[in-house]
Amino acid sequence: MKQFTVHRGVAAPLLRVNVDTDAIIPSREMKLVSKHGLGEGLFAGWRYTAPGGREPEPQFVLNRPEYSGASILLSGRNFGCGSSREHAVWALAEYGIRAIVAPSFGVIFQGNCERNGILPVVLEDAAVQALAAEVAPDPQRCQVEIDLQQQRVLSPAGHSYGFDIASSSRQMLLQGLDQIGSTLQRLDEIEAFERELRQRRPWLFEL
Amino acid sequence: MRVAGSTTAGNMTKTLFEKLWSDHEVARLEDGDSLVYIDRVFLHERTGSVALESLSSEGRVIRAPSRVFCSMDHIVDTLPGRGDETLVPNGKNFIQSTRQASRQAGIRLFDVNDSEQGIVHVVSPELGIVQPGCTLVCPDSHTCSQGALGALAWGIGSSQAEHAMATNTLVVKKPRTMRVTFNGQLPALVSAKDMILHLIARYTTAGGAGYAIEFAGEAVSALDVEARLTLCNMAVEFSAFTALIAPDEKVIDYLRGRTYAPGGANWEAAAAYWRSLHSDADASFDREIEVDCSQLAPFVSWGTSPQQACEVSGQVPVPDAGLEASDSTTLRKAFEYMDVQPGQALRELAIDGAFIGSCTNSRISDLREAAAILRGRQVASGVRAICVPGSQAVKREAEAEGLDQVFTAAGFEWREPGCSMCFYAGGEGFGAGQRVVSSTNRNFEGRQGPGVRSHLASPATVAASALAGRLADPREYLP
Ligand code: SF4
Repeated sequence: MKQFTVHRGVAAPLLRVNVDTDAIIPSREMKLVSKHGLGEGLFAGWRYTAPGGREPEPQFVLNRPEYSGASILLSGRNFGCGSSREHAVWALAEYGIRAIVAPSFGVIFQGNCERNGILPVVLEDAAVQALAAEVAPDPQRCQVEIDLQQQRVLSPAGHSYGFDIASSSRQMLLQGLDQIGSTLQRLDEIEAFERELRQRRPWLFEL
Repeated sequence: MRVAGSTTAGNMTKTLFEKLWSDHEVARLEDGDSLVYIDRVFLHERTGSVALESLSSEGRVIRAPSRVFCSMDHIVDTLPGRGDETLVPNGKNFIQSTRQASRQAGIRLFDVNDSEQGIVHVVSPELGIVQPGCTLVCPDSHTCSQGALGALAWGIGSSQAEHAMATNTLVVKKPRTMRVTFNGQLPALVSAKDMILHLIARYTTAGGAGYAIEFAGEAVSALDVEARLTLCNMAVEFSAFTALIAPDEKVIDYLRGRTYAPGGANWEAAAAYWRSLHSDADASFDREIEVDCSQLAPFVSWGTSPQQACEVSGQVPVPDAGLEASDSTTLRKAFEYMDVQPGQALRELAIDGAFIGSCTNSRISDLREAAAILRGRQVASGVRAICVPGSQAVKREAEAEGLDQVFTAAGFEWREPGCSMCFYAGGEGFGAGQRVVSSTNRNFEGRQGPGVRSHLASPATVAASALAGRLADPREYLP
């Protein structure tokens, strides 16, 4: 998994509340047997002019030239609510999104982000609005910096906003460990347990 | 002098769930999570190949491939003469990539037309893969079915399936415990399906949220193993973490000699351990519910949530004047979608389709129950009736008993094993606006096809309704 320490990039405003995972990746876009190839379907319902089509909708923020290459999303509360589909996070990651700044997140979505190297940053609505306003005049130059080590967001004009994150999530992202990676650090413990379980319940290992 | 006292007594009494949990808890982690050892992983072609491909692309290995299984059930067609081609758009792709990924990973695959193929939750018990006291996970929400044999079995997400294969563990928050005691004796033609529909209707679909539920009591002991699988199957519709039932001699007899059941000297040791798996007499649960089964009647759902269900002889409810606005909106939407009127008798509702199948009710005992009602009778004209055995083994057994003849003579289609029209994935479904009585577990909008109106019921009730051409109480057809 990609590490997250400090990231600086173009921040795109998507200032709606309740952006659900079906909007992030519609189920008709989940046609491949893979976590990959989903980036193109990201926000498909908003990003393209017709369902299933690929003609860009010029008004959609990620299609506007001034926001091209955006790697940070600024959004309203309850981002990522709805279906638990992990495809939503896979699509964001493949598109190149590294962090999402919003007042709150869907719980399962938030965990899925952290397991896939995307940093969910919780900031008050006023702070998100202020960031968007500072970025707007020239998004390519007015970039946002997010420092996970220091737990702060630095606005283009130099305003600093601190944020909270669970220590286990922070560690996982800083080290780029996915949960498999961090569990495998306990492999000795697992193997010792397994040896003992095999003695107690040998039939479980008989297959 | 040591006194056998309160300090130990409090720690010693355990529920069945706590026994299984502590037998598999590798470590306690921060934030109240535990690292739990996983004995078996089951996959299917809808999510399995994604998990397998992603694992190998990350360079991870499956620690114990001999304890990972995969069945083709969700996307595969159930029409006679099927192959890899399916009616689900892109379905062939899922099937073939699952086959390839399974071969590469060296896991056991029950392929499209293998003699052991079938729905995961039907195949796992009948092959003895799930056993009392084991932990089993599958990226499928109805994995709770398998708790019926006294296992700790639950549904997980796709990343968690990868985690389980790569580490033989999962990070899980320990659920609370609930016991639901079903007292008394079930009346004739009232089944496990009616028990669980009744429970959900009475305590709502949120009733089991956060709990591992033990089903117990006289009526549960009286159920055979297959009916217990039906009971546990819909624990997820009750929002439970999972369900389980203490294994008894019926379970031990059921498992004896099955392909993957313990053999030789291990059999006796395993059976002795299984006999110890029950909640201690004075163990306490976080919540207890009691249900009197002697008064139960055949149930059927009338709405778009499993909790919107009542006796077949009942009526669509009339909303209370005092209901919250959001609740009455939900009810109104259900009435509209289902095209039913408040106060309407359910037995007046004419049906277009009847479906017997799914991991809830597609086992041999389910087919026998339906066939007993269908024998020598005819499905009402205009009703499309379909029977899909849950596995190749169920199909073989049914055919050996001549049940396929009973179904086809009555006017049912007789299919190849799989999930089939239990869920719609862009392929086969009943038509928009059609009313279908179904032995499945979910009646959500669009579950069996866009605009399809599903009524959940037992196989006996589905069979009786197919004959009547409307929702019907199977007791109308008592011999
Ligand atoms: S039969 Fe239906 S509920 Fe059961 S596993 Fe298949 S699709 Fe899911």
